Amino acid sequence: MSRIYDVAVIGAGVIGMSILRELTRYRLKVCSLEKMEDVAEGASKANSGIVHAGYDPIEGTKKARFNVEGNNIFADVCNELDVEYKMIGSLVVAFDDHEINVLEELLQRGKRNGVKGLEIKGQEWVFANEPNLSRNIKAALFAPYSGITNPYKLTVALFENSIQNGADVIFGFEVCKIEKDGDYFVVHSADSRFIKTRVLINCAGVHADEISKMAGARLFKIYPRRGQYYILDKPEKMPVARVIFQVPTEKGKGILVTPTVDGNVLVGPNSEYIDSKDDTATTQEGLDEVFEKARKVLPNLSKRDVITIFSGIRATPDTHDFIIEEDEDVKNFINVAGIESPGLTSSVAIGRYIAEFVADKLNAKRNLNFNPYREDIKRFSELSDEEREEMIKLHPTFGNIVCRCELVSEYEIVEAIKRGAKTLDSIKRRTRAGMGRCQGGFCLPRVMDILSRELKIDKTQITKFGKNSYILTEKRWED
Amino acid sequence: MQENKVTCILCPRGCTIEKKEQGGTFEFAGFGCKRGLEWAKVEFTNPKRILTTTVHVKSGEIEFVPVRTNLPIPKEKIFEAISILKGIEVLAPVEIGSVIVKNILDTGADVIATRKVGKKDSSDD
Amino acid sequence: MEKYKVVVIGGGPAGLAAALESFKNLDDKKVLIIERDKFLGGILNQCIHPGFGLHYFKEELTGPEYAHRFIEQVMENQIEYLTETHVIEITPQKEIVAVNKKGLKRIKADSIVLAMGCRERTRGAIITLGTRPAGIFTAGQAQRFINIEGYRIGKKAVIVGSGDIGLIMARRLTLEGIEVKAVVEIMPYSTGLRRNIVQCLNDFGIPLLLSHKVTKIHGKYRVEGVTIAKVDSQLKEIPSTERFIECDTVLFSVGLIPENELSKKAGIVLDMRTGGPVVDNTFSTSQKGIFACGNVLHVHDLVDNVTLEAQTAGRYAAMYSQHPELFENNIHINIVAKEGIRYVVPQKLNKNFVQPFVLRFRVDNFYKDAIVTISNAGKILMKIKKSILTPGEMESIEISQKILSQLDFSNDIVVSLQNI
Repeated sequence: MSRIYDVAVIGAGVIGMSILRELTRYRLKVCSLEKMEDVAEGASKANSGIVHAGYDPIEGTKKARFNVEGNNIFADVCNELDVEYKMIGSLVVAFDDHEINVLEELLQRGKRNGVKGLEIKGQEWVFANEPNLSRNIKAALFAPYSGITNPYKLTVALFENSIQNGADVIFGFEVCKIEKDGDYFVVHSADSRFIKTRVLINCAGVHADEISKMAGARLFKIYPRRGQYYILDKPEKMPVARVIFQVPTEKGKGILVTPTVDGNVLVGPNSEYIDSKDDTATTQEGLDEVFEKARKVLPNLSKRDVITIFSGIRATPDTHDFIIEEDEDVKNFINVAGIESPGLTSSVAIGRYIAEFVADKLNAKRNLNFNPYREDIKRFSELSDEEREEMIKLHPTFGNIVCRCELVSEYEIVEAIKRGAKTLDSIKRRTRAGMGRCQGGFCLPRVMDILSRELKIDKTQITKFGKNSYILTEKRWED
Repeated sequence: MQENKVTCILCPRGCTIEKKEQGGTFEFAGFGCKRGLEWAKVEFTNPKRILTTTVHVKSGEIEFVPVRTNLPIPKEKIFEAISILKGIEVLAPVEIGSVIVKNILDTGADVIATRKVGKKDSSDD
Repeated sequence: MEKYKVVVIGGGPAGLAAALESFKNLDDKKVLIIERDKFLGGILNQCIHPGFGLHYFKEELTGPEYAHRFIEQVMENQIEYLTETHVIEITPQKEIVAVNKKGLKRIKADSIVLAMGCRERTRGAIITLGTRPAGIFTAGQAQRFINIEGYRIGKKAVIVGSGDIGLIMARRLTLEGIEVKAVVEIMPYSTGLRRNIVQCLNDFGIPLLLSHKVTKIHGKYRVEGVTIAKVDSQLKEIPSTERFIECDTVLFSVGLIPENELSKKAGIVLDMRTGGPVVDNTFSTSQKGIFACGNVLHVHDLVDNVTLEAQTAGRYAAMYSQHPELFENNIHINIVAKEGIRYVVPQKLNKNFVQPFVLRFRVDNFYKDAIVTISNAGKILMKIKKSILTPGEMESIEISQKILSQLDFSNDIVVSLQNI
């Protein structure tokens, strides 16, 4: 296989996909290279899903710039892509005078960064608006323009919209060698494929330092920093209405408690530097730390409602700021690396910035056929009964409920497969089948039936998330 | 397996019953009741089990029909019986209770279907 | 809107027995069963092992055979049923919204019997640490893949939890050629039946590791092993006892949870201890005309008890649908679980129906030679000596007319346990 592109993006996380989608606004042949079988397989599937207001980053940094810019355009992008985004606001809560001083600093920093609407609220306001929070809270910084989204669904939406607009995404392509051939980079995969491209963009997340080195570009270091989370079952009444942060420390923004856009409660993450870049294990110490600190804010928090635990790995650079630049030595090689928090918020702004930069560089014309709109899969759980009846008339499979916890229909699963889902996890992220309280106990075999039928493969070939993640090892009969 | 101890399964108490040989006759100890003693004697001399597994069905509405032996069979023949049943295929429809294998391994027990399996509906996709 | 006297939600053992009993007791026979799977019979269809029906039929059947006996009667009586149909809503007014490939169905019922069964607790719910590779199953999932679909799920397995399902799956995996390295149980005792320990583990030499837990799951793509450790009396792991077991499959059989999402929607009061609705001796929930039975009410260990319970629920559901006035002005007294008793079902006695009934309960620990006492207004009404009581085995006590006639209805009925 050999393909020639104007621009190739390594890594199909939210940053890579945002850049890819923005690139399709221009008349450029673009692709993304992803080592896994789906988008959002790294940090983009395992983070807090917060759209930050922008009071945290030090003014003048790239983090500050892209956070605030990202926050400003986030709603528009989600609107175009039919992705849930709820501007529920956030609170940073302070327990003593020292922490109140920190709130004041954050408020001033936020103002300098151009964040609107920040206010420090007293105890009374906090308890009136968040009655379940600890009575030991003295004050809180209120940021009305903070919000929540679904990070992997945003990534999927960006992916689908990129495909709609002509981009290629090549899965299972683990970059192992980068060469220069005239004006082109030749990018080789571990399974002996290669592509050629004029511009190469490195969005490889925790592995971005290795890719940069492979390209002969600037040397930097990415430290994997793990964060562990609890997901709680959908409560009858949300314990908090906003994202609740604690005062940040040098370790980051600390442990938060928030509703998710899907109606669960998310608690986490802690912060721990780890040795291996893919050690996504959860640990007792990590989860205990999360629970204890979250309980400080929300004393009624109970482990009884936990439906799952997980961890994500942040790509923390040794530069203390996002690395977003064309390499000084290797022309047309662009690092977009070290995008830790507020990376999700920044993603949409980074995408625009990079696409403009590249288009300018390549003198690319506008793609007049660019369609910014992408429609989400119609979801049984979100429609009225009348709409459901209409849909079932059109598609009878819309009336076949496959995942009973989240009320996901067969139609939605088939639709996710048509849009590129090949693994169980990729279906789960797109449809929520298996994300509910029974964690796939009921629907996993049914989803496998559908996957096997639609992709015309035997069930022994179905994986959880690619490579060797097989569910069934052997079929007991011959057809 | 030749063991000198068995755990009684007749009630939750779960007595450990021991077999002792004394001059050619057997003595049993540890049983809590008479039923337990009788059970243990059989368990020591000729332990038997009902075997249940599945057999592949051709053109059935489901791929496998569950089966069982209609009588307990000697414990040591279980794996042999399983491997015979793995190689068997029956054609739908299958009636519940129908004999799949007669007198399996000369044990006197028949292997019977424990579920009704209809023919695959051709309109089914 | 279609109208039925009794609508039964769930076509497993509870639903089938309830529907049949309603049907028998109704004049106009309008009974409907709604089942979400393709077949009636519920989870029994995948429970191909023997051990069912010893009490109810006095013979040993497998799950599908047990289910078949009831399905046959449903067919013979031409009781209406819908399969592949999912109930998405129940209102307190007993209106049901169900969905299938043909569309949305709105049904008005005079009474409803909830028989939705239960779901399995997962790895996440018991917070098992480590990575999240493929190869982690609930016991029920594994049972379906093996027994219904005919697939092998791995080569070497560790089973977490030694309840009956865990034990039965240990044997099933072994017969399928999968090596079961161990059954790991956090408690110092197994909650499974003795005969299952003997016939599913001892027969095959599978180690049962009591007071052990899986402290970590290893593997990036597929499970590569687990770390286990001994636990102390507080169930805390003892770090020096950690060891690694190589395996590619982990089965979780760590308990069942009544599936009450619909019950919640109908505004039904639930019992935190059973996880199911609070019911009185007619199996009526807090919403009049909505009854519950089987594993949606509390988790049973024997299907025979499910059948008996469901028959009572079905009978009263039929009665309610024909004579709701009998259920007006209900006065209840509470039946309370005290020392040693984890829960009781029913949790209330309906003063309008003071008729003999079966009280089912579970104890909270392992007891030898104990006395179960039923008392009321400081008076002991009944004492039953039990040589052995385990949390894994549900107990039943017949509450007779004689006992009922001695009740002081201004006081609770208290069930408690004393050591001798």
